[in-house]
Amino acid sequence: MSARAAGRRSVATSRRTRIVGAFFEQLCRLLTVLTCTALIAVLAVIIVKGIGVIDLEFLTGAPTEGMTAGGIFPAIFGTICITLLMILMALPLGVAAAIYLVEYAGKGLAPRIIRAAVNNLAGVPSIVFGLFGVGFFILFVGRNLDRVLQTGLLFGQPAMLWAAATLAILVLPVVIVSTEEALRAVPASHREAAFALGATPWQVVQQTVLPQAYPGILTGAILSVSRGAGETAPILFTGCAYFLPRLPVSEFFGIPMINPLDQFMELSYHIFIMVTQSTDAAATRPIQYGTTLVLVALTFLLNMAAILTRNRFRRRAEALL
Amino acid sequence: MTLATPFKVHRQAGGGAPPDAPEWQRVEPSGQRGPRRSAAEPPLAHGRAGFRGARRAYRRSRGEAVIETALRLNGYAAVILIALIFLFLFKEGLQALFKIPLGEFIGTTVTDYRGYPKTVRLWQPVGGDPKYSLLPLFCGSFLVALPATLIAGVLGVACGIYLAELAAARTREVVKPFIELLAGIPTVVIGFLCLATLGTAMQNLLGTTFRLNAFLGAIGVALVIVPVIASLTEDALRAVPNELRVASYGLGSTRWQTIARVTVPAAVSGISAALILGMGRALGETMIVLMATGNAALITLDVFSSVRTMTATIAAELGAVAQGGAQYQALFLVGAILFTITFALNVVAELVIARMRRRLVL
Amino acid sequence: MRHMTVIGTAVAAGCLTLASVAPAQATNITVKGSDTMVILAQRLAETYMKKHPEVTIQVTGGGSGTGIAALINKTTSFANASRPIKDEEITKAKAAGNDPQEYKIALDALAVVVHASNPVKELSLQQLNGIFRGDISDWSEVGGEAGRIMRYCRESNSGTYVFFKEHVLLDGDYAADCQTMPGTSAVAEAVTRDKKGIGYGGVAYFAKNPALHILAVKKTDSAPGISPMKDGKPDHEVVWSGDYPIARWLYVYTAHVPEGDEKAYINWMMGPEGQKVVVEIEYIPLKGVLDRKASAAN
Repeated sequence: MSARAAGRRSVATSRRTRIVGAFFEQLCRLLTVLTCTALIAVLAVIIVKGIGVIDLEFLTGAPTEGMTAGGIFPAIFGTICITLLMILMALPLGVAAAIYLVEYAGKGLAPRIIRAAVNNLAGVPSIVFGLFGVGFFILFVGRNLDRVLQTGLLFGQPAMLWAAATLAILVLPVVIVSTEEALRAVPASHREAAFALGATPWQVVQQTVLPQAYPGILTGAILSVSRGAGETAPILFTGCAYFLPRLPVSEFFGIPMINPLDQFMELSYHIFIMVTQSTDAAATRPIQYGTTLVLVALTFLLNMAAILTRNRFRRRAEALL
Repeated sequence: MTLATPFKVHRQAGGGAPPDAPEWQRVEPSGQRGPRRSAAEPPLAHGRAGFRGARRAYRRSRGEAVIETALRLNGYAAVILIALIFLFLFKEGLQALFKIPLGEFIGTTVTDYRGYPKTVRLWQPVGGDPKYSLLPLFCGSFLVALPATLIAGVLGVACGIYLAELAAARTREVVKPFIELLAGIPTVVIGFLCLATLGTAMQNLLGTTFRLNAFLGAIGVALVIVPVIASLTEDALRAVPNELRVASYGLGSTRWQTIARVTVPAAVSGISAALILGMGRALGETMIVLMATGNAALITLDVFSSVRTMTATIAAELGAVAQGGAQYQALFLVGAILFTITFALNVVAELVIARMRRRLVL
Repeated sequence: MRHMTVIGTAVAAGCLTLASVAPAQATNITVKGSDTMVILAQRLAETYMKKHPEVTIQVTGGGSGTGIAALINKTTSFANASRPIKDEEITKAKAAGNDPQEYKIALDALAVVVHASNPVKELSLQQLNGIFRGDISDWSEVGGEAGRIMRYCRESNSGTYVFFKEHVLLDGDYAADCQTMPGTSAVAEAVTRDKKGIGYGGVAYFAKNPALHILAVKKTDSAPGISPMKDGKPDHEVVWSGDYPIARWLYVYTAHVPEGDEKAYINWMMGPEGQKVVVEIEYIPLKGVLDRKASAAN
């Protein structure tokens, strides 16, 4: 009996009961509409106030005149670099952890502890990650690396590498949970068939399970990139800079490459600095809205892509069963 | 692909997968998720394949063993990371207890201009006479987190009820991504909008003394945690077995009576877990409170007053301190305390969810 | 195919790591520190780099405390500070193996601002002390319209905060309800939107804002009020002569005695061209430098 059918008139329900019920149902609907309206309002404000600033110059030029004019290209470039580095670090770690949890671990205490740890990691405040990034990566790992490799103060200072590592820890739960979901959606019969053909557990994973789980893993990767691009607190002290005269690119044997030991500019940090510490907050307001629009457009596009991938993947998985 | 050497199939008496079989084997026959219908039905139709024996035979191959160890290490990564975070935060933070007397974290005694001693509870770590009272910071954090959880709780639970019980499937497919997109807005953007537009609008509307206050921060934070609470509530409501609803309709309830008196009470553990997790998230929020609350270290219960949260203090001051100094270690101590609080909230939420899962398996 | 992906990733990772240890192509000077000076530092950097393209100068803000901390931690070449370095910071720097050098490159008048609609136009140092320490809470006590005084100050890492604390508050504590703003422009914006607000910061941030009024400061209750502005621009004479009571030096600290490019940059900053930039940004140049003829060496 469907809920809708039951919602209609039932035997001997008093009028008052029905009115009260209808009231609360409409209240729930209203509050949901309110929440969606909040989202639309936020987007509308950003788009309306920011669209005027966006043009090709804004997206490809560098900031000039003490950051009160010019473009935000270094920030866009920096954001792309840091998220690339972050996903290079987080994806292998997270996928491997999820494979272990789903394919290898039994029902014992270990997987439960691991899952509890993943859930807890998801709930850690972002500023605590920033503290950890400074205390562990820069001061402990970086300084000790310098001591061991005798490189002076090369690794022991804020750099893209450590900021990416901090962000990678932040998005690790997202990757692990998405990958787990993707792996569990592969039907058991496929694994059984592979085992029946004599495959080793790793061969089963590599040849049968992973290829089918790729869309889900991709969803997780896209979601984590969108999450990492939007976080500011972890990178505040681990590598982001206010104004850099050049991009974090170095030449190695003549080939320009991203230098992970450089500092970088980043979109969300740029917004924060422009809003709070720029020279003339009122004059730079349009640039603030413009940068916000670029950042929000970026994260939204990524989120939409992830949701679409996940929906298509779920439909395909359900069709298989 | 080369096939491995054939192995001996050990037949196992009786059905059912061995207890240490990997997770996917214990999933029900293809396609069904959710609690098993009856304990008597074996999870897998063919569990007799003696998988345990086969795995042991393959584990002897060194390559497989190496791969499995590598994967196991990665699996433990999350545990190691949490342990490391604890370790490093407390390593620095506890050193602050050696430099600053414990009482000073509550309040400092100063002599006022008449010569009488007076206890002040201020957070002013820079200056000739530094003051490290943590009370204004706690007060600030909770004064933002509690109203935020309240607002987001009302909105989130309502959204969850709507999505799980009231919405048609097609509406649900449109509304759910909407709410998830709310979670995708970077927090610095919400903080910026609160600071730039909402603050003035609210001051004009409500006539508050402080333009940037805890309530403004709470609204911003609530916007961010509504999706968390909504999706957890929806999951909790969907996990309630349909038999309960059907039984309620069979007894003559209307739809809302069923929701309010049967479904929601059955899912109350999940909803409380959602609220607890939401509050943990609200306590940990940094950028919104940094920009929207005015950062005045006051001890007050007035939600329209400017406050200074723990997270904003760390974010604002950490970049400026020399490493190893008292203020630096005090900031790590604040971070350690904050981490402990959110960790405890997460553990409580998980225990609540575990209890709910046990209760709902019929 | 899978193997190629693995190999490709390994190669990319290798290139990334190797690129990091490649020698830098250009001389890099990092400048960190005072938010008060960050616009100045940026403009100086931009102007200098136009003339000397082989040098790259990287500017970050964060507060005077941040800059000096970075100097001690050896993560910057220059530290900008709007307050003098403290003794314990010098000790820490020496303990870390540095030999900090101090250079004064400009002066700044610390301006106290109120909303333009506020009838109060001047305050004495004692009144400012009372207001920011919390002893005076209502505008009517200092000659304005009745209303609660909303105080805006800077974060504790700011040199402006420390300078104000030492010279105006005489080392007292700020009132607990001072709202701390992350930068001087945030202070400016907050006071613009708050008719009962009062805030302070480097004069350059407030100079062009029509919604703000920069107060004249009286040394004592009976002394005349001296405004740091004259004809809409900062008044150099009043600062040089010490008539304006809350003016301060702006410093650049280096970890060692500067050599080569760093030395050239500091000399340029303190020379006529650098000081011209200082005037453009509405700070107060070093006395007497602009009168000198620009020497050909710089």
